[in-house]
Amino acid sequence: MSEAPASMSAGEIAQAVSNRKITAVAATEAALVRIAVHDKVLNAFTDVTADRARAKARAIDAEIAAGKSVGPLAGVPFAVKNLFDVEGLATRAGSKINRDLPASPRDATLIERMEAAGAVLVGALNMGEYAYDFTGENAHDGPSRNPHDPTRMAGGSSGGSGSAVGGALVPIALGSDTNGSIRVPSSFCGIFGLKPTYGRLSRARSFPFVASLDHLGPFARGVTDLALAYDVMQGPDTDDPACVARPLEPTMPLLAEGISGLRVAIAGGYFQQNLLPEAVEAVARVAKALGATRTVELPEAARARAAAFIITTTEGVALHLDRLRKRAGDFDPAVRDRLFAGAMIPAVHVDKAQKFRRWYRARVLELFQSVDVILAPATPCTAPKIGQATFTLDGVELPVRPNIGIHTQPISFIGLPVAAVPVPLEPMPIGVQIIAAPWREDIALRVAYALEQMGVANAPAPKGF
Amino acid sequence: MADQLDDYVNAAARALELPLDDAWRPAVRANLEVALRLAKLVDDFPLPDDAASAAIYSA
Repeated sequence: MSEAPASMSAGEIAQAVSNRKITAVAATEAALVRIAVHDKVLNAFTDVTADRARAKARAIDAEIAAGKSVGPLAGVPFAVKNLFDVEGLATRAGSKINRDLPASPRDATLIERMEAAGAVLVGALNMGEYAYDFTGENAHDGPSRNPHDPTRMAGGSSGGSGSAVGGALVPIALGSDTNGSIRVPSSFCGIFGLKPTYGRLSRARSFPFVASLDHLGPFARGVTDLALAYDVMQGPDTDDPACVARPLEPTMPLLAEGISGLRVAIAGGYFQQNLLPEAVEAVARVAKALGATRTVELPEAARARAAAFIITTTEGVALHLDRLRKRAGDFDPAVRDRLFAGAMIPAVHVDKAQKFRRWYRARVLELFQSVDVILAPATPCTAPKIGQATFTLDGVELPVRPNIGIHTQPISFIGLPVAAVPVPLEPMPIGVQIIAAPWREDIALRVAYALEQMGVANAPAPKGF
Repeated sequence: MADQLDDYVNAAARALELPLDDAWRPAVRANLEVALRLAKLVDDFPLPDDAASAAIYSA
């Protein structure tokens, strides 16, 4: 550097900045250069907040020079899905319509908490329109591209988050997950992602999609960075009515505790269907490494996915009804047509789906009396080609767009915490879900860390650009 | 059923004041068919009369 090379983790950057081996300004400039060079291919960023980032980095360096303590993410560049409010930017949430909104007066809570820990926001990231997407494609901003093969999807809806971290433009990104939108890009882009328990992290000042299913969480290239970011973002927030008032439960001190004593099982039935061989191989590798031989059945998982679908489309259209009436032609057609259909679903179906949700939650929680961790595929396949309309699962040709998340939806439907871990298969990586009981993110991260230490899970270097 | 669903789509769009363009109708109808098929899967699951919704308001 002293520069901060793309290979430096967030933890390494923060340590180097704190120890004055590099400056926060240098780390920030290095990220801005990577973005300028590589985002022409990846199309991960919709906004680069260079001036703001440089000002924040200078402030951190000044604090260090003054002998003040800086946070555990000192000088670490990060970026956020563009549904997070960023002061001075209209929160577009992947849409054309929201660009007409006034600039946000204040950052989202999670950005404030990351910056309070010393992190440096460098920009906002591409995403599927209004988060109703599994592909990472966007009708207005173009597709986020996969860092291992730019002709392939980054996954969605947090496509820019997956692409930016998978491409090593930034070590940490934030995204949202309603039905799989953290876990799917993690899988396709070969990185780690954490979808915390529903209600754990504040969603204040982020643009919603489905209030009863929306989660926010981090992406990173390693488990330590994932835990670093997650830990600094915890805490109650009265600005999000769903955010719980639990005490902080740091995971960093627990990562290296190992997996001894943890009861690990493989999700059977529904979760072993509709998979291409690479997804089967990834789960098998993880299960073998963890010594998992037991299989458990999540009861009625297909119905859980169906109920999540119904709640998503009806709550989603309730949010957007006025915009559909006034500006239907300005929506991404694929989003608009699904929301129109959602408006036409009778309320009786929604009520039944919500009642089924409580039944399903109770049955799945019973499973956690005899297991600590459940393994499941994150996606049915590695990243499809951008624009690919169909794929064949179990001999049936199905549309890609709604079916990428069939293995993630039954999990987020009841808010379970999940660490998505990347298995570096060739030519493309693919993810596995490490699922824990509510509020046990520590267990999911411990298992992810163990897999990383064993070399079974890691984020491969980007090779597509 | 096919004609009935077309009629339903048209009537629902009018009732909801949704500006359904003719060119969009086939895709909307196809999406609704998928949603109703999935809704039926949920509906077919027996639940007791006193089953509580997961969307509970707490004062």
